[in-house]
Amino acid sequence: MTELTNLTIATALEGLKNKDFTATELTQAHIAAVESARDLNCFITETPEIALKQANEADARYNAGTALALDGIPIGMKDLFCTEGVKTTAASKILGNFVPTYESTVSQKLWNAGCTMLGKLNLDEFAMGSANTTSAFGNVINPWKPNDGSNADLVPGGSSGGSSAAVAAQLCLGATGTDTGGSIRQPAAFTGICGIKPTYGRCSRWGIVAFASSLDQAGAFARTTEDCALLLNAMCGHDPKDSTSSRQDVPDFTATLNDDLKGKKIGIPKEYRVDGMPDEIEKIWSQGMEWLKDQGAEIVDVSLPHTKYALPTYYIIAPAECSSNLARYDGVRYGLRETGDDLRDMYELTRAEGFGEEVQRRIMIGTYVLSAGYYDAYYIKAQKVRRLITEDFDKAFEQCEALLTPTAPSSAFAIGENDDDPIKMYLNDVFTVPTSMAGLPGMSVPAGLDSRGLPLGLQIICKAWDEQTVFNVARGIEKAANFTAKPQILGLSRAA
Amino acid sequence: MSLSREDVQKVAGLARLRMTDSQLDEMAPKLNSILGFVEQLSEVETDNVEPLSNVARSTLSLRKDEVNDGECRDKVLANAPEAEEGFYAVPKVVE
Repeated sequence: MTELTNLTIATALEGLKNKDFTATELTQAHIAAVESARDLNCFITETPEIALKQANEADARYNAGTALALDGIPIGMKDLFCTEGVKTTAASKILGNFVPTYESTVSQKLWNAGCTMLGKLNLDEFAMGSANTTSAFGNVINPWKPNDGSNADLVPGGSSGGSSAAVAAQLCLGATGTDTGGSIRQPAAFTGICGIKPTYGRCSRWGIVAFASSLDQAGAFARTTEDCALLLNAMCGHDPKDSTSSRQDVPDFTATLNDDLKGKKIGIPKEYRVDGMPDEIEKIWSQGMEWLKDQGAEIVDVSLPHTKYALPTYYIIAPAECSSNLARYDGVRYGLRETGDDLRDMYELTRAEGFGEEVQRRIMIGTYVLSAGYYDAYYIKAQKVRRLITEDFDKAFEQCEALLTPTAPSSAFAIGENDDDPIKMYLNDVFTVPTSMAGLPGMSVPAGLDSRGLPLGLQIICKAWDEQTVFNVARGIEKAANFTAKPQILGLSRAA
Repeated sequence: MSLSREDVQKVAGLARLRMTDSQLDEMAPKLNSILGFVEQLSEVETDNVEPLSNVARSTLSLRKDEVNDGECRDKVLANAPEAEEGFYAVPKVVE
């Protein structure tokens, strides 16, 4: 039998329908993989019993001929999605013992489609980070190793680092993520897999632990474009419990998945050629343009003049919303409580003990930029620049249907490498943040390896609600790149 | 614009974060480096630009204005560090 953890979601569904194997066998194979790769620290909580119970139900439906769209597909759930009765930590000490009494809309939709839950995936604390090094539950290790013999542990990207590492290491067939400034696309690029952040409003935010509400959006990780489309089909849709969730119709993204790019206009934003960008990134980007041209697409130069201001804008708006959202962790309603002499003492001690360093830093920046006397100079100013950034995209999409850019300015780096300087760490998101500011759909697809043997991703960005074109262009890149490389670890951990 | 140690202490108070002296010393330069980075926004001409607060491309809908307690008091209190008689319990607030 084919190794079950090696399948894609699409081929697994076929195998299940043909009764080549059962959902229980498929889930068991993945539970074994999860157990054998604990040193990667992908999961905060493993839930094999839940997965097996769901798999059993899926098998019953296959036997009855009533199988659901994703019946029996084992996935991982980023530990930012509330799961009823299963600890949900946001990778923070302050929520370390929180057991939700309700289920997030997105996770519920995936269970309704038949997915099985292998566990809750590690992340940066409250999704704040680009390397998965701020989790209160330890660093996640990228399954990829550099080929320079150093055997250094690399970061899986962040904030959805547990999701990216788990899918790349073949511990699950797909995973959920959330993306506020690049938290799906950058980790997908660092681990050689696909990751899509749909249009803001496509997925309900209800039950997702909030970071920056005007930017947060759920999305999917998988090893192929088609698999991402299958997951997104199940995740999207209007939810009356989230006032920003869209009423826009959700198409079947797989039905018209079409890699015919003849005559498609692909924009190349000149401002994404940033100073100090490694040649290898430049090269893979040019390669991507060639691939699309070969398939009949037309490459057009476009300009997004406010690109360089997206990161500074983000580092005002995201911390401001973070400081408001995280005000709820007060030791009264849920989570950690430290004993204090009076109420204020209790608040201050609880929050100092419960939040990690990066989260505290962002709360501080956010509190400052929202404080009396500075609100207009920082927060309102940033909101004005946000409009200019959004308008740049509107203008660019008058000339083209999709934008092609690198996903990140480097491949995966060593754990600890950018920890000393927050700005250096923030620069990881230079190509992904503008899309988030404008609420547009964006996706990273693996395009090749750098000289150290590490994956590099290309990003496709389209107009609001045009995930279909994102998928179609991504499919074109995927077909041309024929990215078949796997993390070296796969040979080792499965030997047993 | 540069934050002094006292400014940082004041912001920490507003954010309800207790910080030790050494934490304040460490925090100040990092915050100043971030504020220095965002300072470049002052180059952008924004005089006639409306602030953009949200990119949700839909109008907010209203729900019915009905009084109810959600009928989930026990669920709401299930994760409270301390709850008594159907209420959250906090340290004494008034003398």
